[in-house]
Amino acid sequence: MRWAAAGAGGVVLLCWPLLVPPYFVFLTSLIVVNAIVAIGLNLLSGYTNQLSFGHAGFFAVGAYVAAVLTLRAPALPVVATLALAGLATALVGLALGIPCLRLEGLYLAMATLAFGFVVVEAILNLDWLTRGNDGLAVPAARLGPLALGSDAAKYYLVLGVGALMVAAAVNIARTRTGRALLAIRESEIAAQASGVHLAAYKTLAFAVSAFYTGVAGGLFAFVVGFISPDAFDVFLSVDFVAMIIVGGLGSIPGSIVGAAVITLLYDWLAAFQNYRPLLFGLILIGCMLFMPGGIASRMAKWTHQAQ
Amino acid sequence: MLGVEDLSISFGGLTALSGLSFEVAEREIFALIGPNGAGKSTVFNVVTGLSRPSAGRVRFRGEDLLVLAPHRIARRGIARTFQNTEVFRQLTALDNVLIGRHAQLRGGLLRGALGLPFVWREEAAARAAARALLDRVGLVGAAGVEAGSLPLGAQKRLEIARALAAAPRLLLLDEPAGGLNPTETQTLMELIRGLRDAEGLTVVVVEHDMELVMGISDRVLVLNYGREISSGSPREIAADPAVIEAYLGSEEA
Repeated sequence: MRWAAAGAGGVVLLCWPLLVPPYFVFLTSLIVVNAIVAIGLNLLSGYTNQLSFGHAGFFAVGAYVAAVLTLRAPALPVVATLALAGLATALVGLALGIPCLRLEGLYLAMATLAFGFVVVEAILNLDWLTRGNDGLAVPAARLGPLALGSDAAKYYLVLGVGALMVAAAVNIARTRTGRALLAIRESEIAAQASGVHLAAYKTLAFAVSAFYTGVAGGLFAFVVGFISPDAFDVFLSVDFVAMIIVGGLGSIPGSIVGAAVITLLYDWLAAFQNYRPLLFGLILIGCMLFMPGGIASRMAKWTHQAQ
Repeated sequence: MLGVEDLSISFGGLTALSGLSFEVAEREIFALIGPNGAGKSTVFNVVTGLSRPSAGRVRFRGEDLLVLAPHRIARRGIARTFQNTEVFRQLTALDNVLIGRHAQLRGGLLRGALGLPFVWREEAAARAAARALLDRVGLVGAAGVEAGSLPLGAQKRLEIARALAAAPRLLLLDEPAGGLNPTETQTLMELIRGLRDAEGLTVVVVEHDMELVMGISDRVLVLNYGREISSGSPREIAADPAVIEAYLGSEEA
C-alpha cells in the first residue's frame, strides 16, 4: 500500500511537466530547491540544535559559484558545477562553523545572521566577478550536448538532484552520523560520554548543511536564470527557518512539506507583498503555539491514531 | 586499573573534593558513598573529563586521563550513567542504546549517505546487539518508546544499556538504584554482579541504597565534604564510628 502510493507519487512527479502549465512546473522546481535547503538547515538546527539565520548567505554562495562557473567554464557539465557549488559552500560552512563552536542559542543566531549580511556585502564588492547590484544572467545548464533551457528540462534536473539529496539525507539520518547529531541536540554531556566528538560533529553539521544549501543555490540560479544580491536578503533566511518550523524540526519529510507550504504561501500571497511579514509571523506563532513539532509530528500522530 | 591520586577540585570557593586518593583493581566492584554533596558525582565527572580538577592525577590502565577530551576517555573503555539521568529524551530507547555504540561503529558520513551495503550490515548487527542489551536490562518491550516518556527506573536501566553498548572495561554507575523498587534493585544487583563475573567488567558505583552497596561491593570508600573518612570492606565501614557519625550526626549535635 505504502509502496503503491510512493510509486504513484513518483509517476506523477515524472509526468508533472506534461500535466500542468509551465508556471506550475517552475513553482514545483522552486519547492524542490527550497526543500533541499530546508533539509540542510534541519540537519544543522533541527538535528544538532544549532540555530542559523544565515542560510540565505550559503544559498547565495552556491548560486554565485554555479553562475560564475557556468559563465567562465561553459563546457563544465551541470553535475560538476553543482558539486563544486556545494563543496565551495561547504568550505564556507566549515569556516563559519569552527569559530561558531563556542556559541550557542541566541549568540549563534546573531553570528549566522551577521554572516548573511557579510555574504551580500562580499557579492556587492566583488563586482568584477559578480557584477554587483546589476546581477548575473545565468546561461542554461549543460549536460553534454544538452542545454537545459526549458522549464521542464530544469525541472527534471532539479528533481533528479533533489531525489539524490533526499535519499542521502534519509540515509545519514538513519545511520551513525545522524544519531550522533541527534545525541548532541538531546544531551551534550551524554553524547560525549558515548564517545561522540562534539566539536567534530557540530562542525560537520555546518559543512553538510552548507553543502546542501550550496547545491540548492546552484539549482536556484539555473531555475530562475538571473541572480542578484537583493534576492538573498535576511528575509530569505527567515523563510528557510519558517520552513523547518512549520514542517517539523528534526524531520526530513517535514522539511519537504514545510518547504512546499512556505513556497506556495509565498506564491499565493504575492499580491499582498506588504502583509507578507505579518502573515508569516502569525503562521510561525500559530505553529509554535498549536503545533510545536510541526506538520511532521502532527502527521505522525494521525497515522498513529489511524492504526 | 583506575588510580586517583590526591584529587582536589573546588567550584567558586566551594571545595568539592580535597586530597582524595583511591585505587580500583581490575574486576572489582567499588562503591563510593557519602551524604548528599559529599563529592561522589564530582569524582565521576573528573574521571570522565567533564570537570577539570585543580590538583591531582587520574590514571586508567597507566594512562593519564586528565589530558584527554571526554569522548576520548569514553573510547578508552570508560562508560557511565548519570545521577539525574541524561537519556536522549526525544529518541527511542533503541536509538539511545545505538548511540552508546557510536565508537564501535565505522560507518561515517559518506558511506552512510551512499547507503553502502557495508553500512546496512553494520547497522543490522548494531540493532541486534542493542536489542540484546535492552533485553538484558528488561526493556526490550520498550525499544520503540521515546526515552523521555519512560519511568525513572526504566531510564536508569536504559542508561546502563547505553553504557554497556560501548563495550567498556570500566563502568561508572551514578545512583543506579535511585527510583527503583526493592525487586528491581535485586535484579540490578544481579545484573552488576553478572557483568563483573561473566564479562570481567570493573564497576564503580555511587549509591545511597545501602542494601545494594553492602550486597555487591568488594570495597567501599566513604566521602564527606570531599574527603575520605573511611574505606574498606562493607563490613568494616559499617562498623566505623566515623561513618556512623557522618550519616547520623554525632551525639552532641
